[in-house]
Amino acid sequence: MTLTLLSFGPGGWGSTLLIGALMTIAVAVTSFAFGLVPGALAAMASRSPHAWLRALALVYTTLVRGIPELLVIYLFFFGTSSMIMAIVRLSFGYGGYIEVNAFAIGVLSVGLISGAYSAEVIRGAIASVPKGQVEAAMALGLKRWVIVSRILFPQALRVALPGLNNVWQTTLKDTSLISVTGLAEIMRSANMAAGVTHEPFTFYLVAALIYLLFTWGSARLFARAEIFSGRGLKEARP
Amino acid sequence: MNFQMILESFPTLLEGVRLTLELALLSVSTGLVLAIGLTVARQSRFVALQLLAKGYVFVFRGTPLLVQLFLLYYGLSQFDAVRASIFWVVLRDPFWCSTIALALNTAAYVSEIIRGGVLSVPSGHIEAAHAVGMSRLTIMRRVVIPVAARQALPAYGNELILMIKATSLASTVTLLEVTGIARQIISRTYAVFEVFIAAGVIYLLINMVAVVAVHVADAWLHPERRRPPNTMPVRNA
Repeated sequence: MTLTLLSFGPGGWGSTLLIGALMTIAVAVTSFAFGLVPGALAAMASRSPHAWLRALALVYTTLVRGIPELLVIYLFFFGTSSMIMAIVRLSFGYGGYIEVNAFAIGVLSVGLISGAYSAEVIRGAIASVPKGQVEAAMALGLKRWVIVSRILFPQALRVALPGLNNVWQTTLKDTSLISVTGLAEIMRSANMAAGVTHEPFTFYLVAALIYLLFTWGSARLFARAEIFSGRGLKEARP
Repeated sequence: MNFQMILESFPTLLEGVRLTLELALLSVSTGLVLAIGLTVARQSRFVALQLLAKGYVFVFRGTPLLVQLFLLYYGLSQFDAVRASIFWVVLRDPFWCSTIALALNTAAYVSEIIRGGVLSVPSGHIEAAHAVGMSRLTIMRRVVIPVAARQALPAYGNELILMIKATSLASTVTLLEVTGIARQIISRTYAVFEVFIAAGVIYLLINMVAVVAVHVADAWLHPERRRPPNTMPVRNA
């Protein structure tokens, strides 16, 4: 194990690893944020009076939570390009190989996985807001949007934060699986460095430490957010 | 989409089920034993043991399973001492590396689940057991474990499903379990959706069995919910 391998100079892999680490953050944040969209939609659908919407939400969350993440990533990795190629071939007559951006595939697949877990958290959080709060807001004549943004959302967010923290941590770790698509996030960067230098332990250890730093750091951020969102409540004071 | 292709890929994929199940069962059972050890260490009087267990949980929950697996399978081969040691027979084998990585990983999560269950046992129950003169072992066996197990089972069921899904990572270290075979068929036939559906159905079925097993265990742990025996059906007059 030599430290010069991790330097930023020539022959060092420091910059590759740094870019990989930044890519991991970028793809994790985007996937998590993107996942909140199907998550919120599924949460709303599961509380809908229409049976088919509830069934749709159930199918989405059950399927995604019951099928391995890696398999879902393979589906999008191999599936989207073959689908786009088929469409292009049919409409433009171009039969060549088209590769879809690995970042987009990563965000799409990990985001959809993350969304299935977010859905449960969001649904529970919305259900935790007492009915009287919404009824009081309606009685005051507040508009639908104002009720959602000023009454429902702030109170639900406080309840959702611990659960969302869990989903975020899982999403962050799931991004390591995107390395199979060739996206140069931290895992892929460590792979490349390990292959060239024949020092796999060194580089995977560095990757592990970077993940540990990210999960630890973001857990602290969430803890602060929980304190902030509970500032109006007695029991939440530190 | 080709329905024929889905049916054709099933038999090939089913060949991987055995390996998937072996990985899951072996790692879940070893992981449970490790987790119990970790929980005991976490509750011990020795600060060093407590810190060790805490550090273990922190590291294994804070890093992706894929990194842990790669460190074990690809990483350790970097050291000549490891390659020369008697452990090399195990550590060069992708099956054992996957099993060890999965077991070490799940142990960290399960120890937290067990700890939550044990902490949920009201101290009054334990004091009452002391008061009627139960020994420490009897208290564990008759009071703490049954109550803690009930509390922990739902979370443990979730972890079981996560573990079954996690066995798919073994395909990244050349093992041909269900996901590995699925990848192989896809790269040969380009029938992405058909193979995905077939493999997905297999995983869903395995997970369904796990869910049912957890339900059965839950019913067994809650004797109070059972219908009392020999009751006559009550007719509403």
